[in-house]
Amino acid sequence: MAGAVAVLLLLDLLRRLVDGSLGPSTLLTYLWTGLVIGLIYGLAGIGLSLTYSILNFANFAHGEYVTVGAFSGFSTAYLVAGGGIATLGNLFLLRPAAGQVGVSITSAPFAVVVGLLVAVVATVVVALVLDRVVYKPMRSAEGISLLIASIGVAFVVRYLLAIVYGTQRPGVTAGTQRYFVGEALGLGRFIVDAHQLIILVAAAVLVVGVHLLLTRTKLGKSMRAMADNEDLARVTGIPTERVIRSTWVLGGGLAGAAGFLLVLSQGTIAYNIGWRLLLLIFAAVILGGIGSVYGAVLGGIIIGIVQQASAVWLSGVWSDMTLPVTFALLIVILLIRPQGIYGGVETT
Amino acid sequence: MSDTEEQPVETSGETGESGDAPEPGTADSAVEEAAKTTPRGVPLRIQNLRKEFGGITAVADASFQVEAGSLTGLIGPNGAGKSTTFNCIAGVHRPTSGKVFFQGEDITGLRPEQVANKGLVRTFQIAREMEDMTVLENMMLAPRGQVGESLFNSVVPGIPAPRFLDDSQRQRWERVVPQGRRAVTRQEEDLRERAWETLEFFEIDHLAGEYAGSLSGGQRKLLEMARVLMTDPEMVLLDEPLAGVNPTLEKKLLKRVHDLREEGLTFLLVEHDMDVIMNNCEHIIVMHQGTVLAEGEADDIRNDDRVIDAYLGETI
Amino acid sequence: MSDETPRERFSGLRARFSQGGGTTDASLLLVTMVALWALFAAVGMYLGYDTAGVLGTVQSMTFLVAVYALAVLALNLQWGYAGLFNIGVAGFMAVGAYAVGFLSGSPDATPAGLGLPLPIGIIGAMLIAAVVGLIAAFPALRLRADYLAIATVAMSEIIRTTALARPLAPITGAGQGTRNFPANPARTLYYENPADVTSAPNAVGEAVFGVFESFGVMRTNLVVDMTYTVLLLVVVGLVYWLSRRTGNSPFGRVLKAIREDELVAESLGKDTRMFKIKIFMLGCALMGLAGALWQGLGNGSVNPTTNFLPVLTFYIFIALIIGGSGSNTGSVLGGAVFAALLFLLPTYISNIVATFNLRLPRPNSVIDAFTPLLSADPLPLVGFVVANIDSMRFIIIGVLLVWLMQNRPDGLLGHRKEVASSVDLMRRDRTRGQTAATDGGRTQGGADDE
Ligand SMILES: Nc1ncnc2c1ncn2[C@@H]1O[C@H](COP(=O)(O)OP(=O)(O)OP(=O)(O)O)[C@@H](O)[C@H]1O
Ligand SMILES: [Mg+2]
Repeated sequence: MAGAVAVLLLLDLLRRLVDGSLGPSTLLTYLWTGLVIGLIYGLAGIGLSLTYSILNFANFAHGEYVTVGAFSGFSTAYLVAGGGIATLGNLFLLRPAAGQVGVSITSAPFAVVVGLLVAVVATVVVALVLDRVVYKPMRSAEGISLLIASIGVAFVVRYLLAIVYGTQRPGVTAGTQRYFVGEALGLGRFIVDAHQLIILVAAAVLVVGVHLLLTRTKLGKSMRAMADNEDLARVTGIPTERVIRSTWVLGGGLAGAAGFLLVLSQGTIAYNIGWRLLLLIFAAVILGGIGSVYGAVLGGIIIGIVQQASAVWLSGVWSDMTLPVTFALLIVILLIRPQGIYGGVETT
Repeated sequence: MSDTEEQPVETSGETGESGDAPEPGTADSAVEEAAKTTPRGVPLRIQNLRKEFGGITAVADASFQVEAGSLTGLIGPNGAGKSTTFNCIAGVHRPTSGKVFFQGEDITGLRPEQVANKGLVRTFQIAREMEDMTVLENMMLAPRGQVGESLFNSVVPGIPAPRFLDDSQRQRWERVVPQGRRAVTRQEEDLRERAWETLEFFEIDHLAGEYAGSLSGGQRKLLEMARVLMTDPEMVLLDEPLAGVNPTLEKKLLKRVHDLREEGLTFLLVEHDMDVIMNNCEHIIVMHQGTVLAEGEADDIRNDDRVIDAYLGETI
Repeated sequence: MSDETPRERFSGLRARFSQGGGTTDASLLLVTMVALWALFAAVGMYLGYDTAGVLGTVQSMTFLVAVYALAVLALNLQWGYAGLFNIGVAGFMAVGAYAVGFLSGSPDATPAGLGLPLPIGIIGAMLIAAVVGLIAAFPALRLRADYLAIATVAMSEIIRTTALARPLAPITGAGQGTRNFPANPARTLYYENPADVTSAPNAVGEAVFGVFESFGVMRTNLVVDMTYTVLLLVVVGLVYWLSRRTGNSPFGRVLKAIREDELVAESLGKDTRMFKIKIFMLGCALMGLAGALWQGLGNGSVNPTTNFLPVLTFYIFIALIIGGSGSNTGSVLGGAVFAALLFLLPTYISNIVATFNLRLPRPNSVIDAFTPLLSADPLPLVGFVVANIDSMRFIIIGVLLVWLMQNRPDGLLGHRKEVASSVDLMRRDRTRGQTAATDGGRTQGGADDE
């Protein structure tokens, strides 16, 4: 059923391309922006996927790790790029106008790089502290208890950020270089901006890095074994503290990076950006198959592209239906293929 | 679990306890043939049963049958496939191939509750109590087809028969007018009495009000047995019911099994204690590596070379 | 060692709560409500409100307690009994609220309603919520608990974002939301033309308003709200009764068994899927009822950008966890404690603090709040906390949730599982030989009825 719908939609897409109602540059824009945002979902999703499969619970606070990365990274970028414009305190709190500070990869590449690094480190620290305080005392608890506790964690982190940074949604990036790539290829105007390119590069580096870590190191291998094979994890007992900590380091770090890159691409920041992303990240992870790193990335890209490309059919006021349709897709995946694209066959 | 979830459900199996009504979904002539050739004295019959888990073949084309009113023993070394066979019979696993017949009816691939509702009930090797329910609640859960399992009956107050009616009119009234909660409480009072009696027999009535989670391993085994009997079964599959039970109680339990057998119940018993099997079971089936290695009476089994090989080292 | 005594006392109290039984439960609920009324009346008086103000304070608290109790009872049927981890409560409440507006709202307003009589609207809302629940039940049948959590929260967001979508504006009012709800039944009781704000009161209204005026309460709206709240309490009583009956029965026993070990329930011949579907639909219908009576008729205004966010579901979960999931009395208690003490009370704090005349500074950032601490001046920090009381509330709730999961997963009020049977299982009427019933006089079973 679902397959048939997908095939029909693809055929319709072709028809639209052929009869000219959908320009190739529009489609390319959808695919490109979908890829970029999808990579962010995927980056955040890797962490969620790892904690899900190794610690055996759905972490509803994962979105907050994304937000922590966004704020810590941008506070740092503001401090680096905006020296002298305002007091350090106001810079840290992201108070000066975005245009004044000018955080962008073209105008302040150093600030962006340092911001990204700090986003990763700060989120790792937060993830480890939360593990120590909240989850460690509950190692033997059931997944549902951990899930509920993580909802509590989400509340605490989100509203601490709200208290510190306020509940408004300021713009924090300066405009950056845009490139028109389509014309050269004869596909019409098709815009790529520098931040999108940075996201692509950063995401690629991080995914390859994680790949190497998981496949080349002993620690990574034992993590992967546990992530890939729930039964094995069960047989070998409760995973060691070292593996758990590494899981949080990896998962938190990637979530933090995703948060920073998300804000870099959308330009605005708010205390609830991670929370609003959470269901989409879950969708990516479940689509890819829980426990699978590459599945999470692929799932993220698919979700990102589906969201963008749905504009082909959901135009005008119907664009409001994009989110409901994406969530419905999540439920359908859960029902027809809960093990995801990459997941193996579930055993009893 | 996923095993039961994936299988297409044959809802048709629900109807007719009578057993010889062929199912519309399985109008396979070979099956019908097999059903007919199964003698009425054979409530359970396994035919070429096979179950594979990924690469592992847990049961490899096993065939055997259990006579009505018998206490049949099923033995075999660890990993022989005994529990898996039980799971295939009870509908927990869907067999890879092969057939299961109960009272002449093909029950292969039915859901667990459908199998249980035919009167074929099982216990678990590792006792599975409802830990957060009391011992009595566990007992009261078991009886099949309770009036109060309907949400409507449980909630809606019943309309009592007017006083001026005589007894026979009252009975008619109660048959026609919804009795709702009245009927539920009445039945529960009866079941409660039965539950207490059963608990007394198993000597765990002093635990009646305790949460099942606070019971010891042996007590859980007893509760599990008691609970199965509350379902009023035709045949019981017992998976190592005596593990962890003290010797005095073990004797009592076995006596109870023999009593129930006299009353017409059929038992298939998995047990590792050879003495128990040899002394109590009139028929013994030996499984090894998923197949039936030998079958017969205690003496035949005791002297069977293949069985001795299979148990290499263990004394029989 | 010194904390031994209060803890002992606490556990003794918990033990007494846990015994269950109809009368203790009822008195427990009554005591709690009286205490909350007294507390909120005291807050109102302390803040110098007039009689109407105090009554208003108590009324709005009672309203919130009642609607929370409804939603929590509904969730308890699904999660407490059957272990179905539905975190889409807000969505089902949204369905109920929108449905009652659509079915019974005025046909002349926008978005237009059908103008059906209110009872049809309410029953219809419950039915529609039940049908949506049926759709959601399919994941419930097939998915592990954590997947079900994700599926249901997605479901609730589908419902909310769909209500927000412009193509549905004719029914939902999209981003504007809707205020087209039927007049609440209390207005119908007191006014000649209940739907009209300017309508004159009818004879009943005159009489009742007169009584209140003699006590100096001139606000007729308050009287209407109070009446509506009393009606709500009656509904809570009915739903409580319904839940108890459902739970304390063979049906409820199977639900508990499903929560404990579904395979065993199946192996004992229970068609667990049917039980799950039924309880999912019943729970969703009751959630729909809660939405219809709370945001719908109660608030008379619904907006999907601020109402029915997933956070509402979490509030209801927290309330249930506080009360102890699996217990109907605990559900109501948890709803009351959460709504009154955790949700509502903090909103009075800034008013109360204002009465101290501290002239609290209002620092405009954390930095300005904390730096004065270096010079031993805590007031800016206090002022900052008070100013951010809304966010503080979330943080406290979050901390509480984590603490509960770490220390009291059975609920703050302890292990309050009610025995699922329609009769007292520990009693034996037809005893043979020695009596087992005299076993320390313990009783079991919520056999409070029949
Ligand atoms: N769900 C499963 N998935 C994979 N393999 C399984 C599963 N259940 C059983 N097996 C395998 O099937 C084989 C038979 O197991 P089974 O439990 O049926 O043996 P048994 O005869 O009951 O042994 P025991 O005497 O130890 O209880 C074993 O190798 C076991 O590891
Ligand atoms: Mg076994």
